[in-house]
Amino acid sequence: MSTEHALTPTSYIQHHLSFNAQPVGDGLFGMVHVDSVITAFVIGFAALGFIAWIARGATAGVPNKRQAFVEILFEFVDDTVKGIFPHGDRSSFMAPAALTVFVWVLMMNALDFIPADAAAAVTGLFSEEWRLVPTADVNTTFALALAVWFLMIFYGIKVKGIGGWLHEIFCAPFGGHPLLWPANLLFNIVEYVSKPLSHSLRLYGNMYAGEIIFLLLWVWAATGVTGTIAGALLGASWAIFHILIVVLQAYIFMTLTVVYLAMAHEGH
Amino acid sequence: MNINLTLIAQAITFAIFIWFTAKFVWPPLLLAIETRQKTIADGLSAAERGRLELEQAAKKSTDNLREARQQGATLVAQAEKRAADLVEEAKSAARVEAERIIVAARSQVEQEAQRAREQLREQVAALAVVGAERILRREVDAKVHSELLADLKKEL
Repeated sequence: MSTEHALTPTSYIQHHLSFNAQPVGDGLFGMVHVDSVITAFVIGFAALGFIAWIARGATAGVPNKRQAFVEILFEFVDDTVKGIFPHGDRSSFMAPAALTVFVWVLMMNALDFIPADAAAAVTGLFSEEWRLVPTADVNTTFALALAVWFLMIFYGIKVKGIGGWLHEIFCAPFGGHPLLWPANLLFNIVEYVSKPLSHSLRLYGNMYAGEIIFLLLWVWAATGVTGTIAGALLGASWAIFHILIVVLQAYIFMTLTVVYLAMAHEGH
Repeated sequence: MNINLTLIAQAITFAIFIWFTAKFVWPPLLLAIETRQKTIADGLSAAERGRLELEQAAKKSTDNLREARQQGATLVAQAEKRAADLVEEAKSAARVEAERIIVAARSQVEQEAQRAREQLREQVAALAVVGAERILRREVDAKVHSELLADLKKEL
């Protein structure tokens, strides 16, 4: 925490909401949030590495509990993808991608459960400024949504051909008459813009709001005995409720990823 | 809410993670699960096959048993019939033999009687001759005659 500033509620919250932004150049991409990038990579690598380690030693015989747990996760993702994505071999890309999204987003969201000031005990070793939840950074969620968006266009063109894809842009959903082309085009532009925005902002908004509520409770907790007790009780309640949000948002993000890519495979 | 290079960095991380999962996580898990599913399916179908075979074997054994029982019954019936026939044959053979024996005995008796009659006739004739000789030797006496004749009568 900055020592020069007095610790007020405003400065406390501002402190916890500011990124460790490092300048790397000029212009739009002149800054990078070191905390988001490193946390996201470390937590993702830890989770996926753990699963990969179990997958490497997976037996076709009687599985141990670790493997059974990973297999439950596998079946859950595979069943979800199977229900939404009936376009050929899902094991080569779609299902692994869905598993990646689910596990990674779930783990990033779950970092919200670590109390901000307790986490600072570790992250403070590297930097004063360290936001722990990468999915509360719109860059992260938008990066994922944009990646899915590009994949959507890639598969749209790959499956229907460039002509088929353009034809769909101009002739769907209202019809192929030339007078309807502008309406179709406008509709498709809105759709292509709204998909990544809603996809990323839903996750970002939920995680950001969760973080803010925790911070407000910690501010209250600093005001005296009553505030400490109330803050602790409400903090516990919010954390329990937040379990639902963390898992639900990860699930929604994965499902939407699969749905968007499945829609890209479907012709009108 | 400021967009910056983090966006690109996270997108690259995302791509790396998808590649990692698709290469090192998904295939071994899929292989293990599918192999296990196949093993279980094989086991179930083998059990089903075994059950069917057992059913067939049970049916076959029941059939065999019924056939054997029928054959046995047929054999017993044949044997009984054969025994009855044999008894009947023996009875009729015995009857024929008995009749033959009776006939033979009767004819023998007849012969015996004939022979006895012959002998008797011869003896009577001899006696008559003897009687006649005695009469001729001692004629005269009627009283003696009658005595002789009475003796003769007695001897006859």
